[in-house]
Amino acid sequence: MGYPHPSHPKETVVLSKYFGDAEARTYPGWVKRGGYEALKKALGMTPDAIIEELKASGLRGRGGAGFPTGLKWSFMPKGDGKPHYLVCNADESEPGTFKDREIMRWTPHQLIEGCAIAAYAIGAETCYIYIRGEFTEPWKVMSRAVDDAYANGALGGNVFGSGKRIDMVLHRGAGAYICGEETAMMNSIEGRRGNPRIKPPFPAQAGLFGMPTTINNVETLAATSPILLRGAAWYKGLCLGNPKSTGTKLFSVCGHVMKPGNYEITMGFPMNDLIHDLAGGMRPGRRLKAVIPGGSSVPIMTAAEAEASLCDYEGIIEKGSMLGSAGFIVMDDSADIVYEIYRLAKFYAHESCAQCTQCREGTAWTTKILERILKGQGKREDLDLLLDLSDKMTGRTICVLSDSCAAPIVSGIKKFPEEFDAYLSRAKAPALATVG
Amino acid sequence: MTQDRVNVTIDGVPVAVPKGTSIIEAAKQAGVLVPHYCYHPSLPSPAVCRMCLVEVEKAPKLMPACVTTVAEGNVVHVNSPAAKEARESVLEFLLINHPLDCPICDQAGECELQDYVFQEGRANSRYGEFAKRYNPVEDFGPDVLYVANRCILCTRCVRFMEDVAGEPVLNVSERGDRAYIGIDPDHTLTHPWSGNVVDLCPVGSLISKDFLHKARAWDLDKTASVCPGCTQGCNIMIDTRDDVVVRLRPRANLDVNRHFICDEGRADYRWMNRGDRVEAPLRRDGSKLVPTDWEHAIARFAELAKSVRSVTILASGRASTEALGYLRKAFDGASVSAAVKVPTGSEAPLAGVPNLALRTERIPNLAGALLAGFGTDWDRTVAGAGASDLVVLLDVELDDAVAKLISAKTVIIATVDDDRAGGAALVLPTTTMAEENGTYVNRDGRVQRYFQAKAAPGMARPTWWIAAQLAEVGRGVAAPTTAAAAFAGLGKTIPALAGLSYSELGHTGRLVEVTAGAAR
Repeated sequence: MGYPHPSHPKETVVLSKYFGDAEARTYPGWVKRGGYEALKKALGMTPDAIIEELKASGLRGRGGAGFPTGLKWSFMPKGDGKPHYLVCNADESEPGTFKDREIMRWTPHQLIEGCAIAAYAIGAETCYIYIRGEFTEPWKVMSRAVDDAYANGALGGNVFGSGKRIDMVLHRGAGAYICGEETAMMNSIEGRRGNPRIKPPFPAQAGLFGMPTTINNVETLAATSPILLRGAAWYKGLCLGNPKSTGTKLFSVCGHVMKPGNYEITMGFPMNDLIHDLAGGMRPGRRLKAVIPGGSSVPIMTAAEAEASLCDYEGIIEKGSMLGSAGFIVMDDSADIVYEIYRLAKFYAHESCAQCTQCREGTAWTTKILERILKGQGKREDLDLLLDLSDKMTGRTICVLSDSCAAPIVSGIKKFPEEFDAYLSRAKAPALATVG
Repeated sequence: MTQDRVNVTIDGVPVAVPKGTSIIEAAKQAGVLVPHYCYHPSLPSPAVCRMCLVEVEKAPKLMPACVTTVAEGNVVHVNSPAAKEARESVLEFLLINHPLDCPICDQAGECELQDYVFQEGRANSRYGEFAKRYNPVEDFGPDVLYVANRCILCTRCVRFMEDVAGEPVLNVSERGDRAYIGIDPDHTLTHPWSGNVVDLCPVGSLISKDFLHKARAWDLDKTASVCPGCTQGCNIMIDTRDDVVVRLRPRANLDVNRHFICDEGRADYRWMNRGDRVEAPLRRDGSKLVPTDWEHAIARFAELAKSVRSVTILASGRASTEALGYLRKAFDGASVSAAVKVPTGSEAPLAGVPNLALRTERIPNLAGALLAGFGTDWDRTVAGAGASDLVVLLDVELDDAVAKLISAKTVIIATVDDDRAGGAALVLPTTTMAEENGTYVNRDGRVQRYFQAKAAPGMARPTWWIAAQLAEVGRGVAAPTTAAAAFAGLGKTIPALAGLSYSELGHTGRLVEVTAGAAR
């Protein structure tokens, strides 16, 4: 199917197969499409066997960090007698990223099934799905699907007669970007301020309510049922680039492309094709200037870097950025890089939780400097100051929000110096109208 | 022994510390102070100020010393270029929104931001012309003002109220550089221990209304003392300016009060500054009291005490162990009936610290009084005093019941002047606990020293000196000449104190066995 565009022939549709198919949202509709077979199969396997299967598939965390999923699950202690928790990170608030939203809107049972499999594998009886507060429609769809899953025995005290208990709680966020950070999310679920926690202890040792906890992204969990049904070898075989990046992945493409939307492609797919073919390329008369590939928290890629890159974890690192959440923010030659960076910095300044000094003060200060540059009041030394502040904001805080603010600033100044120069030399008129 | 210790090197100094020790505490053992704001040894560590980042060899990045525990063989650099550069940058970030109103800030001179910026901050600002964040001053409660502009959001106050006081009325409100410390709109800082947030605040953001603009920190003289408010015996500092006590602050004693004192104790110092004092010994001459010198006063006292068969001593519970011990001993041979007055109030525990509370018994030396042979049955002792040959009143309030006892057979050892003392044979000026060296014994039997914080008025002398002089003149017992000698001599009559000395008590005290009426 595909939504809003029909699936492109070059896509490999696994997760997005039923996007746009309203019937797939319902419990019977999902069962008709082979749903919940994977969960039944999983319940007949040992947790260790599931974890081994996941390890063999090469599935890596789709939330941004790319940590191997099976390995993460294996960190959960065994036989410790404590309650374990699974948290599904559905707080998709990374700018430019909207893949989890579509999974929840169209295939809620795919996520519920994946969560149930994961919960069983890590020995958890309770799964929290932390849904971004602004996601009203996905939340409604998910609520109904959870109710239906309970009614049909896919959740509850005796999942499909296995004797296993798996409960699912939908928890709505309240609009904080930082609550997408896994430890902040745990605080938020506990009713505390959404501040990231210090690691160690890691969630697998002491997470939600101080108990062993695994946190996975929506897309990661949704991918577990096809892997269990079709086998690790099949998933591992889905690879066009580096063998460490396997399977399919949803790429959210937005910005200056003709057909923005989600595209599910095999790992290692050429970025050039994704942008210029699947997403419909640039508007007439425009050419590609820059891409921020991993949501907003990764370095900016130039057009040349982007067009030569492969869409997988290693391929994008090779070209100087990171895959992150695979939310592609595409900019054509009409984009003002200085303004875009300013806008991102302003976002991070607004969303900083205010715990760490460098982040609380640094994000706001860098925003003010960028604003000054855009107002035509910038000084030559502002660039050095921005780079210096970015350096001091990187690698020194509890979480990576501060680093994320610094990444586009540093890469923008290094890769697009002429754009800054135009403002600093007063060659370009101040962009006052857009600042405020 | 060796397995549960780890060996680390901090700035070149090797130390062995218990397993699980944080780098910041291990560094203290090595004599290295890691600059910090959010860390406090009596609070959980959030590692948010990022000031204590240090270089640990082989670690990929700088580590927060407050939450990183030492591992065997760690080589830590607190003063390496990388660590210093990190601290310099944190200080720069902290200062961009800081008002730098040090000239009108109470914290100036004892401000950790000022100290560290002076020590290793940048000489100039790169923030330039941008406006600083502005928030109005807020009234947080009976004695606390919040000056938001000076706040560095270390969250010590928030954690104290939540994790130690158990009354989470403070929080961090808003996000990013708009953040400030918020207070529950339905509450103020009325918790009986909430004044500690003022001491915990490393900058001048939470300040005491009582101390507001009273003195500059560098004009204060600080003296180690013990709170005279209750039997807990919290360790305090008495801060004086020009011989006037301007505030009491907690002094760390991990075994008694950690780093805290209650608000009642903190506020109870004004009596130390009373001006209506007895400044010279007064002796009865016909119908009135006339000033005399100590030689004549003691001689008269000895005369009154000579061959008395029964003596009643009524004393204040603020009297030192030395005072009570020597006074009691001066009447050896007579039948002595002695009591201290024990005012009471409601108990107010500090939830997060075991065995710490504002205690019901609101005197500091109840245990010391028991050791010295005093009882607590005040009313009965007062009632029976009329039959005694001699009544000695030590710094007690001359209420109706006590005033009735005053006659030509009464000696009053007093701090404050009182018209009702007119009928006594002698009125002898003595020092308050702020004006003398002495010891109190707290409810756990901890003998603790307090030091003289201000000058005694006029001719006032410590009570132990008066009592010892009396014994020397009257019975030829050699009197000690210093408080230390007086304390050392107490062991002769109070076995629990035998062998102890001031130097042994140090600044944190010693535990002794307390049994009532133990004095011989």
